Amino acid sequence: MIQFSAVSMSYGGAPIIRDLDLEVAAGETVVLIGPSGGGKTTALKMVNGLVMPTAGRVEVNGRPVERWDLQALRRISGYVIQEVGLFPHWTVARNVGILPRLSGWDGGKIARRVDELLALVELNPAEYGRRYPHELSGGEAQRVGVARALALKPAILLMDEPFGALDPLTRAQLQEELLRILGELNVATLLVTHDLAEAFRLADRVAVLVAGRLEQVDTPQRMLAQPESAFIRRLLAAELIGAKPSGGGKKQP
Amino acid sequence: MRTRRVSVQRRPCGVFRHLVAGLIAILGLGFAQLRAETITIGSKSFTESYVLAELMAQLIEAETGLEVDRRFGMQGTFTSFNALSSGSIDLYPEYTGTGALAILKSTDPADQGLDSLRAKFRRRWGITWLEPFGFNNSWALVVTRSVAEARGLATLSQLAREPGMRGAFTHEFMRRVDGYPGMVAAYDLRLAEARGIQHVLAYDALQAGQIDVMDAYATDGEIARYDLVVLEDDRNFFPEYLAAPLIREATLTRHPELATVLNRFAGQISDGQMQALNHRVALAADDYPAVVAAFIRERAGSVSDRPADSRASRSPLVRQTLRHLLLMGIAVGLAVIVAVPVGIMLVGRKRAAGIVLGLAGVVQTIPSIAMLGFMIPLLGIGVVPAIAALFIYGLLPILRNTYTGIRDISPALREVAAGLGLEGWRRLLWLELPLAAPVIFAGIRTAAVISVGTATLAAFIGAGGLGEPIVQGLSFNSPRMILSGAVPAAVLAMVVDTALGWLERRQLTGLTGGKAKA
Repeated sequence: MIQFSAVSMSYGGAPIIRDLDLEVAAGETVVLIGPSGGGKTTALKMVNGLVMPTAGRVEVNGRPVERWDLQALRRISGYVIQEVGLFPHWTVARNVGILPRLSGWDGGKIARRVDELLALVELNPAEYGRRYPHELSGGEAQRVGVARALALKPAILLMDEPFGALDPLTRAQLQEELLRILGELNVATLLVTHDLAEAFRLADRVAVLVAGRLEQVDTPQRMLAQPESAFIRRLLAAELIGAKPSGGGKKQP
Repeated sequence: MRTRRVSVQRRPCGVFRHLVAGLIAILGLGFAQLRAETITIGSKSFTESYVLAELMAQLIEAETGLEVDRRFGMQGTFTSFNALSSGSIDLYPEYTGTGALAILKSTDPADQGLDSLRAKFRRRWGITWLEPFGFNNSWALVVTRSVAEARGLATLSQLAREPGMRGAFTHEFMRRVDGYPGMVAAYDLRLAEARGIQHVLAYDALQAGQIDVMDAYATDGEIARYDLVVLEDDRNFFPEYLAAPLIREATLTRHPELATVLNRFAGQISDGQMQALNHRVALAADDYPAVVAAFIRERAGSVSDRPADSRASRSPLVRQTLRHLLLMGIAVGLAVIVAVPVGIMLVGRKRAAGIVLGLAGVVQTIPSIAMLGFMIPLLGIGVVPAIAALFIYGLLPILRNTYTGIRDISPALREVAAGLGLEGWRRLLWLELPLAAPVIFAGIRTAAVISVGTATLAAFIGAGGLGEPIVQGLSFNSPRMILSGAVPAAVLAMVVDTALGWLERRQLTGLTGGKAKA
């Protein structure tokens, strides 16, 4: 579904991504983790053409991004960012319905789809559809963000620190729900985070990106057992010191 | 952290609809105003010109069924004559000497005769002179009565022989060939002292005995007020400045009765009578139409039974305010139509934005009066050039606010819009314009308030509005009259600002909903 082949990208002479090879299959969730400035977000934005590689090739559905009609590419890519980015002057229903509306659906069909989507992210459509973004809590806003991204049953889902701005309890709750939702869909998901626990909870495979270079790609279990990456070892050490004796991945407030 | 609010009916396009409706209404109003069948009378911005123009206006109103549009207080001969020749006005009072020297630019004495003037004006501009009112408002040299009696002065020849005389003259008089230099040559005049001075100050200096002799217009009200003596031009050096209606022939052809009506006072007003009338007006500047009406009644008795000033004084404030709003409304409306799209186009074109905004900024620094001056050769005088100038001043605030309003939309929203594939006109209408609307609206508000202020200057080029009483007040040296325009203009600025603010709050709360989450 998503395929990075020998992708490099530099900005003003400074390399951001170096020789990246990575694949995300349909139904699979790959989580990009790494320190800030490591190139995670840049890699993510190459998938829907917001950033173009300076070398190598990013393919979606077997077709290089530069050969896609970007509008069409973005219709099949759900996009969720930490800031959510709901249109403040629109109701929740209208925000969620923006992609169907852009695709020219009729009003009734949009309304039904919006109700479905709000129910999917566990917001009562009758209550929340009419609200404005400033009337939502952070967690509710991000649920709406996810609903918006899923409106057209995307083939790929790109999430950039989707729960980064939420309190730990809400974050854990949304992670559970995301797992449930992704389980129901057959979507290739690329998710960026700097939270190791989140990565291990959500990922089928974890990809560690440090200074633009991929240090390790593995399932959470294998990465836990055999961390090849110095960054992961440091993270694990910090995580174990910080965690309570009983605590697995789940952090309690 | 969560606020609940009753959501009212929200109409994202409401504000634009209101703007468009307002624009159409204003344009319609303007069109209706410009279409009315009227005789448009102009005047220059000094007392006598106002008085004569008002006299002609009242005669026309009293004796014909025609409406009169008063465009008084235009700045100088250049503006007034351009207004006439371009058809912006139908007539105004002019002086024969000025017609020959300043308009024809002829120093041939033959051109100062009415027959020659009529022939040349008709041929070149299709404009003619009606009969002069009688008085000769020439340059004159005046001295106080005590000086005249003490030194036995009655003529310019006597002045030329009198030693130790200190003179002060207007700068224009000092410069013009038909002024001081010519007079010195004609009379072999040798004054002990000859300085340039502001005209009004010269009267004070003369009264205080700091100078002995000064120049004046023969019909200045001050001559009567201060009981001054006009020295006789015994060698006929000064050309004649006979005041007469200067009128477009096309207007006369359409309304031949105007010649009869306007010639009613032909040869009827002497120097002394005009002086007295100017004096009366100077004492009651706020109500010079009433003074003129009284003069008509005294002189003609039977001109009309109805109060001659009925129309002249029919709440000029309302008329001037409407005209003011019209000028400002059309100008700002056009500025919105131009500046908003241009501002939108500039977003994302940093270099072009720098150039265009810089240019608009430079234009903004041109003094308003100079801007209006530039407009005259291009667009003539009256409403159109005034609107053009106001339009230009309105551009920058709207342009800048549209540009920054859209540019400063939160990067997260831009990113999401891009990620959703929201592009082109949809991105503009769904996202950018609604979010930038408060900033754009603030720009429109600024432009409107600026233009209410600047529009007061439009009176200088005959566009009317609340500047009319201000210009008049400056000419008549009447603070009360100046305030009668300045205060309403200030109030109007506040009203416009408040009204737009109200509209903004009413319409935009629905538009923006709340703050974008960072």
